[in-house]
Amino acid sequence: MSGQARVLAPWEWIGAPMLQCVALTILFAVSLKVFGLRPPEPVFAMWPVFAWAMIRPSILAPFAVLLLGLFLDAFWGGPTGLWAVSLLVAYGAVLAARNMMVGQSQPMMLFWYATVTALAFGAGYLISAVKTQTYPSLVAVGWQFLATIVLYPLANRLIDRFEDADVRFR
Amino acid sequence: MSLRDNPFGELKVPLTWTAAVALIVAAIVAMVLLANDRRGTFQAEAYGVTRRVGDAVAAPVGGVMSAPIRWTGDGVDTVRGYFFAVSENRRLKAELAEARQWRDAALLLRDTNERYKTLLGLRTDPPIPMVAARTVLDSRGPFANTRIANVGKEKAIKAGYPVVSENGLVGRVIGVTTGASRVLLLTDIASRVPVMVDRTNARAILTGDGGPNPTMEYLRGQEPVRQGDRVVTSGDGGVLPRGLPVGTAVKTLDGRWRVVLASDAAPVDFVRILLFQDFAQLADSAELNKMPVPPPPVGGVQVGEVRQASPAAPGTSASAPSLKITPPRPAGAAATASTPPSAPAATAPRAATPPATPPPQLATPPAPAAATTSPPAPAPAQ
Repeated sequence: MSGQARVLAPWEWIGAPMLQCVALTILFAVSLKVFGLRPPEPVFAMWPVFAWAMIRPSILAPFAVLLLGLFLDAFWGGPTGLWAVSLLVAYGAVLAARNMMVGQSQPMMLFWYATVTALAFGAGYLISAVKTQTYPSLVAVGWQFLATIVLYPLANRLIDRFEDADVRFR
Repeated sequence: MSLRDNPFGELKVPLTWTAAVALIVAAIVAMVLLANDRRGTFQAEAYGVTRRVGDAVAAPVGGVMSAPIRWTGDGVDTVRGYFFAVSENRRLKAELAEARQWRDAALLLRDTNERYKTLLGLRTDPPIPMVAARTVLDSRGPFANTRIANVGKEKAIKAGYPVVSENGLVGRVIGVTTGASRVLLLTDIASRVPVMVDRTNARAILTGDGGPNPTMEYLRGQEPVRQGDRVVTSGDGGVLPRGLPVGTAVKTLDGRWRVVLASDAAPVDFVRILLFQDFAQLADSAELNKMPVPPPPVGGVQVGEVRQASPAAPGTSASAPSLKITPPRPAGAAATASTPPSAPAATAPRAATPPATPPPQLATPPAPAAATTSPPAPAPAQ
């Protein structure tokens, strides 16, 4: 045993989830109709954004969030910066309230995840309304919100795996 | 010098603060990018190199990923066709018998239509060439509804071209690169399409809101639309051709008129991109905006000059020649300024001098629009 605290490698908790997120987003963008209905399109970037802020404060994570948001904007064809700003708002909110959220029960964590997701969607809603002078459909926003909060187990898994990995942040 | 000897070696910046600074920097970058985004302008140059490269990479990836789904769908169709061949055959025979009647009616109408066009000398639109494509990726969120089609610059696709499926209008191209085109769907929040109700010719702007059924904005008139009315493109503005089927009008619970899109009736996997040159691309805007230069005066009076010792025109008062002609007006007077040189000399004094007896149609106040078709009222007895 070296006696030194194990430092968390950025690739493990930032790089790998980011790539998974990108791959899942591309996979779910395939044109597909099931029984005449198009499947929902969750914002996969929400679970790493929530988990990164919960695991530990980091200098790299905000820029990873920025890259993820810009990827979503380019891939989905939306205004450049819309999801980048929305995800950064969510990340900043979790980072600010991190001390309050850490160690709470699963239902409470799910509640916080849903609240932060609603915050990101609210930011996206306002930005879209301002840029296009049209209010987006609340039903469409609601469906994507529901599809996104279903992803909470992925965020929980990432938090469980890396929350205690760096002893300096226990 | 070791780290311990360095006077700044013991200096440790709190990670929370540095993380906050990183967050602020990232947020500023994101907001600057958002403020500079010009997606809503739909200009080809506003699409950006990053998006073009992204589309060029995403199109083949999406094509590969959608292949298994396509194969599965084809397999299911084959099995279904095998088991339901008899009922399908019966249904198709009935449909064919009905279609033959419609064919005869259509041929008759086409003949009549051709004769009317010849009689009226109508200038009809030429047929529009088109390119078939397959959509490989789509985004279905509330803030962006786009698709990527697997044809691009190599097929002469340009931004602005309309995209239709077998059932109706899907959207239009907003970005093109080699091997891929980005199609903005009618449901996108930035989509605005001029449409009209087929029954009443009532105009509206079809406005996407991220939901499945875009709204009809700016509807005017008394009952311009009814439930189930067919909605087609109006062609106003010259951006889209007139008459492309869009969908069916429905009234929602909030009292707004929406359109159930015709293109939603079947999967939009294969589309056709119409190589339609809109009016803005065809017209030479520099030529249109050019102000006509007035011709040089030949023995006449230039606009703005004081007419000296000009003989009075018949029917005008003696003081008319000394009147100063109205100074040149800016843009609105272009037509007046470009009249032949002899015209101002003859018309200017008359325009400047009030007529001795005003014309009768100006003496009475103008009748309301609704009364213009009624016969004039008899004059009262003197």
